[in-house]
Amino acid sequence: MAITREQVEHVARLAHLALSDDEVERLTGELGAILDAVGKVSELDLTGVEPTSHPLDLVNVARVDEPEPSLPREEALANAPDVEGGFFKVPPAIGAEPSA
Amino acid sequence: MIDTLRLTAEEAMGLLKSKEVSPRELWDAYRAAIEERDEELHCFLSLVDRPEGDGVPIALKDVIGTKGIETTAGSKILKGYVPVFDSTVAARVKQARLPVLGKTNLDEFAMGSSTENSGFGPTHNPWDLTRVPGGSGGGSAAAVAAGLAPWALGSDTGGSIKQPASLCGIVGLRPTYGTVSRHGIVALASSLDQVGPTTKTVRDCALLYRVIAGRDPLDSTTAEVPPVEIPEAEDLDGVRIGVPPELNEAEGIEPGVRENVERAIELCLELGAETVEVSLPRSVEYGVPCYYLIQPAEASSNLARYDGVRYGLRVGDGTYHDMVERTRDAGFGDEPKRRIMLGAYALSAGYYEAFYGQAQKVRTVIADEHRAAFEQVDVLVSPTSPTVAFPLGAKTQDPLAMYLSDLLTIPSNMAGLPGLSIPCGLSQGLPVGFQIIGPQFAENTLFRVGHALERALEFDYVPERLR
Repeated sequence: MAITREQVEHVARLAHLALSDDEVERLTGELGAILDAVGKVSELDLTGVEPTSHPLDLVNVARVDEPEPSLPREEALANAPDVEGGFFKVPPAIGAEPSA
Repeated sequence: MIDTLRLTAEEAMGLLKSKEVSPRELWDAYRAAIEERDEELHCFLSLVDRPEGDGVPIALKDVIGTKGIETTAGSKILKGYVPVFDSTVAARVKQARLPVLGKTNLDEFAMGSSTENSGFGPTHNPWDLTRVPGGSGGGSAAAVAAGLAPWALGSDTGGSIKQPASLCGIVGLRPTYGTVSRHGIVALASSLDQVGPTTKTVRDCALLYRVIAGRDPLDSTTAEVPPVEIPEAEDLDGVRIGVPPELNEAEGIEPGVRENVERAIELCLELGAETVEVSLPRSVEYGVPCYYLIQPAEASSNLARYDGVRYGLRVGDGTYHDMVERTRDAGFGDEPKRRIMLGAYALSAGYYEAFYGQAQKVRTVIADEHRAAFEQVDVLVSPTSPTVAFPLGAKTQDPLAMYLSDLLTIPSNMAGLPGLSIPCGLSQGLPVGFQIIGPQFAENTLFRVGHALERALEFDYVPERLR
């Protein structure tokens, strides 16, 4: 199953990856070969078979709704590349569309 | 003089208990072994300088979050990340007073079967430095095999504990899905990931599994776990063993691997077990394709969190979107990019039903086939890996060939089943692994079968070149 260069570029945008031209080229070939192999699952007629999303039959786990101490703010921010005034700081997002 | 190459964790416990050796002496012995041999092996990504706890030291795969100790998952995107909380597994290890020696190398985000995808260079196999230790948990397996740690923890999604254990000639357990907490573990594919022990003996494996297993309020996917029994019996009376042809005669299994596994099965019969004919008609044929849809799909979702905002690498200062895209392009290696792309494609509009939806149904078929087999047998057996350790570089240019390394470990993983790999002999001077699979929560059965067989096999786990 072939995948086109345009499809690879589209998926890269969905996945927030700024791939280089070389990477797009290489991945177009590699993903095509992998999709050929995994596409084998479509050989089986599985009409009426229920999908499995989780290997155990677990039901929702609830806990008592009581407040507990959470991670202190300074610890939550300790690994951030940039912080300001107790918040994560990022470059402007509003009014700045992706360049790709 | 402590011989860390030969000493089991259980024996180390005995030395501490009888006060023949102090905790500090034991720690120093492993540190000395690391000094001596890790330069050529590259098992560790980081080392802890001072022991915390007076028990038997342990090494942890670098996906296991450790408070105050850098945790990278083998990725440059997490270089310098120091968790501010312990994973539940790390907390349990501390509670058991096991001092952490360091964090071990792995394929980036546990994606791989050779440790060559590590962002920080590969680990080498202690039996032959020109060969891979397996992966993704090659660092933990090689560390135990080379006497750099008495035992270690890994994580297994498609075979990342079992396959490296097989290639390094030691014992590895992938426990039943839901028995060990994933709170604080770097996630790869959440419906598959499971933490488990890598050890020299089956008894060590059971002892360490007992430390980490159990329900955790911080991980809602954990279940109640039956009490762990440390195996004693040396017979296999009454044990029914299934030998599915699909797992034992699959294309790509090396003749030397097959011979060793057949000999181990004969030994099981001599120990009192009986074999029963069972088959897994579609599980093996469709296991790898099914896995390489579900796992990348879940990975693409889990790895969305690496965006340069809360932790890890940040590259670029243009707009927010530019920054996120550039950070991810610079921080992720080739394999995570490949899997993110594959997963995002399989989940994208127009392809979801044909790929991801269909794979989830195949997963039901695989689980049903295994369930049917376990109505007739107590365990299923097969080679763990179709091959012995392969040369470094042999499969790095061919992702599909690398994916097939997990051909025999993936099917039972898809069904959430536990699997134990024990060494059963040598082929071309390299270890062969014997896989024992059980129904969900049957770890005690795996320990029993593994222990009895281990005793009968008398495999020497010290790599020949280090004896």
